Order: sequence, then C-alpha cells, then structure tokens
Amino acid sequence: MAERERRSTPPYGGVFVARSQVMDADDVRRAIWRMAHEIIEHNHGLDSVVLVGLQTGGVGMADAFAEALGEIDGRTPPVGTLDVALYRDDIGIRPVLPEAVTDIPVDLDGAIVVLVDDVLFTGRTIRAALDALNAYGRPRSVQLAVMVDRGHRELPIRPDYVGKNLPTRRDEMVNVSPEGVDLGEVVKS
Amino acid sequence: MKHLLSITDLDRPDIELLHKLTDSFAEVSRRAIPKVPALRGKNVVWLFYEDSTRTRLSFEQAAKRLSADTMTFSVSSSSVKKGESLRDTVLTIEAMGVDAVVVRHGSAGAPWQIARWLEDRVHVINAGDGWHEHPTQALLDSYTIREERGSLDGLHIGIIGDIKHSRVARSDVFAYTALGAEVTLVAPPTLLPPSLEGWPVRVSHDLDAVLPSLDVVGLLRMQQERMTEHLVPSLREYTSRYGLTRRRVDAMRDDALVMHPGPMNRGVEISAEVADLPRSVIVDQVRNGVATRMAVLYLLLGQGPEKVLGSDDVIVPELQEVLG
Repeated sequence: MAERERRSTPPYGGVFVARSQVMDADDVRRAIWRMAHEIIEHNHGLDSVVLVGLQTGGVGMADAFAEALGEIDGRTPPVGTLDVALYRDDIGIRPVLPEAVTDIPVDLDGAIVVLVDDVLFTGRTIRAALDALNAYGRPRSVQLAVMVDRGHRELPIRPDYVGKNLPTRRDEMVNVSPEGVDLGEVVKS
Repeated sequence: MKHLLSITDLDRPDIELLHKLTDSFAEVSRRAIPKVPALRGKNVVWLFYEDSTRTRLSFEQAAKRLSADTMTFSVSSSSVKKGESLRDTVLTIEAMGVDAVVVRHGSAGAPWQIARWLEDRVHVINAGDGWHEHPTQALLDSYTIREERGSLDGLHIGIIGDIKHSRVARSDVFAYTALGAEVTLVAPPTLLPPSLEGWPVRVSHDLDAVLPSLDVVGLLRMQQERMTEHLVPSLREYTSRYGLTRRRVDAMRDDALVMHPGPMNRGVEISAEVADLPRSVIVDQVRNGVATRMAVLYLLLGQGPEKVLGSDDVIVPELQEVLG
C-alpha cells in the first residue's frame, strides 16, 4: 500500500526553498509580544481565555503566546492543540491525514478561544477548526491570531491579531519558525 | 491503500501509520461528542455470511463516528436463502452505490474474490474469512500492546489455544513479528495447522515452560463447536494443560498482559477471575477495536484519487493549505 500514504505525510513530497527572509527572529518575538498585548487589551484581561494552537504550525506559536501572556499579565492561560484534518472540506479529494492527537485540556463552554496558527491563506483550515471546536463545547467567542496573513482567502474569514500582512503569489510558500519568516517555493524532491 | 484484505499486505511502516492514526481516532472517541464529519456521504455495507456480534458492532460504531452511512446485509434474512450466488449479491449491492464492503465469510479467500468482482472505486475490508485472516483484529491487538508497552520490539508474545481454526492467530502472528516481536505458539499438536511453513514462530506444547518468559499472553477461544472432531480428549483436560488459571498467573511476569479476542469461555481457556485482573486488557481490546476500524475506514475512504498528490500543477497551493 502505502507509498501514497507515506508521501502524504510531511514534507508532502516537496522541499521548501527560501528565497527571502521577511521577518527575523527578533521581529517574530516582537510580533508575539505585541499580539499578546492586543489579546489582553481586546478581552480586558485574560479571564476565560484559552489558547488553541492548530497542528502543526500553530502549536509552537500558542506556547510562545502563553509565555508572553504570562510575563505580561502574571497569569498563563490554558493551552490546547487542535488537529482539524477530520473536518476538512477536501477529504476524499486528496490525502488528508491527522498529524497529531488533539488535546483540549479544558471545557470550552463559555470560554474565549484564541485560535493560533502560523499562516492564514485560503481560510479553509480555520473553517474546519471552527467546526472542530463544536465537539468540545460552545465558546463565548472565537478569535484568530496568525503570524502571517498571506491573502488569497476563499472564505469570509479574517484574523483578529496579525503578526504581518504579506502579499504573496498563490504558488509561493511561507515558512514560519521562531527563527523568522521566509518566503520561497516548494521544490518537488 | 485500496483494500484491506490481509495483514501481510502491510509492512511495518504501514502498520505504524495505522497505529498513529488510531491514536487520533481514540481521542475522537473520548470527546463529549464523539463524532467527526470526515466520511459524510460515504456508504458502507456489512456483508456478513457468518455470525458476528462484536466485529459488526465495532465496525458499525466506527462508521457512525465518522458520519458514514451504513447498511447491513445479513444472510439469515436475505435472498441468499433463496439461492442467490455470492457474485450476484455483490453486484446487486454495488449497483446500489456503495463505497466500501466489509466482508465476513466462512470461506478463506472470499474477500479477494469479491474485490475482483467489484469496480475500482469500491473498497473491500476483510472482517474475517474462514480460518484464514482477520486483519483488523491484528491491528487492534498490536495497537493494544503498543498502548501498554510503547512498542512491540523485542517482546515475547505467546498465542495459546486453538491455532488451527483461528484467523485471529494467523493475522496476529504476522502483525506482531512485523513489529519486531517474537511469537511462540502454544497448543496441543492437534490444534496446530498441518503446516507452519512460512510462519515466523516457535512452537511449544508446554504452557508452563513458556509462561514465565512471556510479555503478552494471548489466549484464543476454544471453539467448542469443533469439539466433535475430537481434537482434545476433553475441555477439562484442555483447561488443565492450556487454560490460564489463577495458579498459572502467579508464574507469569508481573508486567505481562493477558489478551483475548472474545468471546471468552470463562472456565475453559481462561478462568473467570483471571479475565477480570487488572493486567487483563481484554476490555481495552474492544475499545481500541472501534478506533482501529475508524482508522482503517478513514484511510481507505477518506483519501483522494491517487493522481491528486504528485501531480505537478496544484501541489504548492495545496501544500500551504495543509501546512498553513
């Protein structure tokens, strides 16, 4: 079997090649710090706030937010992770496999959920995430924090907190890590 | 993966991928609302030519948690009684527009035959064919051991009882050894298959000698309906030599697991109290069975046509969508 399934796990048969760096490590850290302040400002504190990082790119970022929020406010909100594969709208069109086990540590009824992801593109991942959250309760509100908004939305979804707006071509690729944000292409291996 | 017919079609990375997927589906099963929309609109039919309670219920639960629609074709209430052939039955079901057929049949090889008759887009899952194979049982058994011990590498696993008539034993042997375990079959000579050529196992007729070295004690149902063949002198004698009694548990390693695919004959292959000991993972096997079958159904039905990934034109935007 499995040649195909193995190809469908990262790096999906391609290798990312960076062309230019658009944010360096300091820029990423400052953006996290600014967005953390915005989260506190927007919600008048951190009461009921739960951070949920989307697998896989949002998980490390959610942890970075938790750390920053803890430093600023003295309290660290609960952090969960969410894998949206089973809620995607392209199941059956191409291979979609869960990357990791979802872990939501608290009941989301009445919570303010801040979804965290690295790159916002078509918006379909976020659409799936909104569906997935329903299985864990009925949040009071759901907000979205992303490091990069690269445009090309296909659904009426917008972020509440943005690290950087980055105009891109559809065939480009954005790679986010704590070391920085790179714009480049995927080259088939 | 097109069909799941035999555990031997899967190599170690395949089984490990399915185990990893099973982790995700086990989490779905633990949620307040244990249901995902992943297989909406897919239609799965159960084609059961042999009695089955737990396997059918387990598949049914798995399909429903994935939001697939299901239909049951059971022989006792169907046109098979009126003399319809297997081929005609399969083609009739296909014409109704199903995406997968889960087959249990008394004859070894029936799922392969059915897979040949069906058109390309229909997936076939073997849920037990005669004495031959029961691949989802092997996946859930190996998953249960992995859940308890982290890995099967280097474990010594005993499979005890009626190996000859057991499709579970056959599938388990190949899954366990593919994952790096050593397997010893323990049974009286009359309950072993006529030939074990190609089976990567050791054989013993003395349970008490093997028991202290086992990490996993896998028991099989003593199929009482086969007793007419006089393969063992009596059930009581079988119990005294091969049954897992309280006394034998004391000879086991402290961390050894006790497994049984069900249904159990308490007092024959396993004593009533042993089945309820904490080291018995029999209930975990049932629970993991649902998650395992979700993984199998999802892997077969939830993936797109082969050509989508690897085609040159669309991969990059797709990629960002997956990663971002």
